[in-house]
Amino acid sequence: MPSSDGGTEPERDAPARLIEARGLRRSFGRSLVLRDVDLLLGPGEALAVAGPNGAGKTTLLRLLAGLMRPNAGEVKILGRPVRGEGGESRRAIGFLSHHSLMYDDLTLAENLAFAARLYGLARPVQLAQAALEAVGLGPRAQESPRRLSRGLLQRASIARALLHRPKVLLLDEPFTALDAASADQLRDLLRDRLREGLGMVVVTHRLSEVWEVASRVAVLVSGQWMCDEPRRGALDGFLPRYRGWVGA
Amino acid sequence: MIPSRAGSATVRRGLWLSIVALVLLAGVYLLALRFTPVEARQGMAQKIFYLHVPAAWCALLAFSLVGIASALYLWLHDPRLDRFAASSAEVGVAFSAVMLTTGPIWGKPIWGTWWTWDARLTLTLFLFFLFIGYLALRAALQDRAERARFSAVVGILGMLLVPFIHVSVYLFRTLHPQPIVLKPSAPSLPPEMLRALFASLAVFTLLYIGFVTMRYGIAQLQDEREEVGDAA
Amino acid sequence: MPNALRLAGTIAAKDIRAELRSRTALLSAVVFAALVLVVFNFARDPTAIAAADLAPSVLWVTFALAAMVALNRAFNIEREHGALDGLLLAPVPREALFAGKLLANLAFVGTVEAVTLPLFMLFFNVNLGPALPGIVGVTVLATIGFVSVGTIFSAMAVRTRFAELMLPVLLLPFMVPPLIAAVQVTARLLAGRPLSEMLGWLRLLALYDVVFVTLCMLAFSAVVDE
Repeated sequence: MPSSDGGTEPERDAPARLIEARGLRRSFGRSLVLRDVDLLLGPGEALAVAGPNGAGKTTLLRLLAGLMRPNAGEVKILGRPVRGEGGESRRAIGFLSHHSLMYDDLTLAENLAFAARLYGLARPVQLAQAALEAVGLGPRAQESPRRLSRGLLQRASIARALLHRPKVLLLDEPFTALDAASADQLRDLLRDRLREGLGMVVVTHRLSEVWEVASRVAVLVSGQWMCDEPRRGALDGFLPRYRGWVGA
Repeated sequence: MIPSRAGSATVRRGLWLSIVALVLLAGVYLLALRFTPVEARQGMAQKIFYLHVPAAWCALLAFSLVGIASALYLWLHDPRLDRFAASSAEVGVAFSAVMLTTGPIWGKPIWGTWWTWDARLTLTLFLFFLFIGYLALRAALQDRAERARFSAVVGILGMLLVPFIHVSVYLFRTLHPQPIVLKPSAPSLPPEMLRALFASLAVFTLLYIGFVTMRYGIAQLQDEREEVGDAA
Repeated sequence: MPNALRLAGTIAAKDIRAELRSRTALLSAVVFAALVLVVFNFARDPTAIAAADLAPSVLWVTFALAAMVALNRAFNIEREHGALDGLLLAPVPREALFAGKLLANLAFVGTVEAVTLPLFMLFFNVNLGPALPGIVGVTVLATIGFVSVGTIFSAMAVRTRFAELMLPVLLLPFMVPPLIAAVQVTARLLAGRPLSEMLGWLRLLALYDVVFVTLCMLAFSAVVDE
């Protein structure tokens, strides 16, 4: 069973849990991808979810985001079911996917303004511009996403994900194809957010990228947890156990 | 890996039902050929009516059940409903094809044309295309849940289209009267004909049930084999 | 409710803005419609059949085919870069999402029809004149009908390998009642017949619209939510 103590966490307000997921089961295609998975997350926690490809990590993230319906079990965000109620509880979620979620025919600024309108935010155009400037993309706000490198596009996607001030960030392999400098910037940004009290779940298949940021580590293999524990010490200490589960 | 009892039992049950129905169908042919009067104007060709009308009826029955099962599936998410809808659609497309081929075979010797846009033929033609669309969509989707959801939507929309087709064709025909080749025989049929018709309807319905049961059983076996294969 | 309307408008506006930027789909659809008209012209014997007799059928077949070509655009753009997830993550009711896509599709198909109509008058030497307001009216009614079903079907079709084939196979049976009604009304309008002769068909169209727009809106969640 997952625990959410780690000793160094900030005070939690009620409701205590950002994410409460119990008994998640999901078949995809013709196989059972997740088997009775639980997950709890509190503010200021960064949970790194690692495991081999096909373990069900992306499916888990999509279930948490309310993009998929579980065959059994339930996901609650801040105490409210993520699906149903018109999706209002999804306001608390920011999602960073493999994909940029952008439209090539709109400028970055227009893309973010559109996102702002979807969330019903006031003054969408100004908000979009400010968000892009905050990630250093101000000068390129009028360009199409096509023109940006992967690292810069990632930054724009993060700006989009944080636009509506979510309490929970769900990140799907955010470090993929990022150069070292961009990866460092991303880690800094995540640390800042954690200090502000955001909770995050980071799916990765390379623990080294996310180790320093994580406060908890969980390993998913064939749709089941192999471990879920506070992150202690250096990665080298953890790797032998990790390799044992993953069979690398 | 042992095939499940449930799936095989269903297939066997369906097979027996179908065999019984086919035997009875032979009986119906006999009834139709020997024990019904020969129609004055149309002659022996009219006897196809005993095949043609029940086939159309079964196609419509099959389609309505696809629609109802689809609606129930979207409500209850039970995969058995999806399996049933798919089986009914496959059997329905077969019955529609029978109806659409017997129509021209009947029409040609009497009216000299292979096809006419009479109400029943037209409606069955639409059912045929709706079935084909439904099955084509299913064939194009691999994920079971997605396939079930999408085909359920098509099933429901299709079921609601049928009254509109019916009304459109009716309105169209009252303005453009056409020779009524396949005259729906009114209750003013002699009793022997009515008897043969009802017998045929009953047998065809039994055939429908038999075929759908078999198909459902096969689908059940397929699904179980896939699951066992994954767990292995 | 007003929130849902606002969201639908936002989504439609985004689609329209994106399409106006690239214009590729719009131009392709317009050119396609023009070509269909040209083919129709050469496919008939002008001495045998008067243009006026064929006109309604030609017009509506052209509209139907052009709509078919235009419909997959709406969900193809959401597939690049996974943008559909962006829409589904936000607290947007799925009915509003459908309404937004429907509005955008209507704007798009409507534009193609608006360009096709003058071309049709030109190529077939048909003077629509006093019938024009009526024709615009029946065009709006019929288009709403088949575009609503087309919108939900294209959302499904783009998930298959051969969306361009799947959409027509699914959609054409559903286009027939609105097409029959539209052709009948158009023919009567062109012949200057009184309104009473068209009421049955117009009622059919209106009923079709109400039933299918509602149904498609409600069923949309089953299509986009996994």
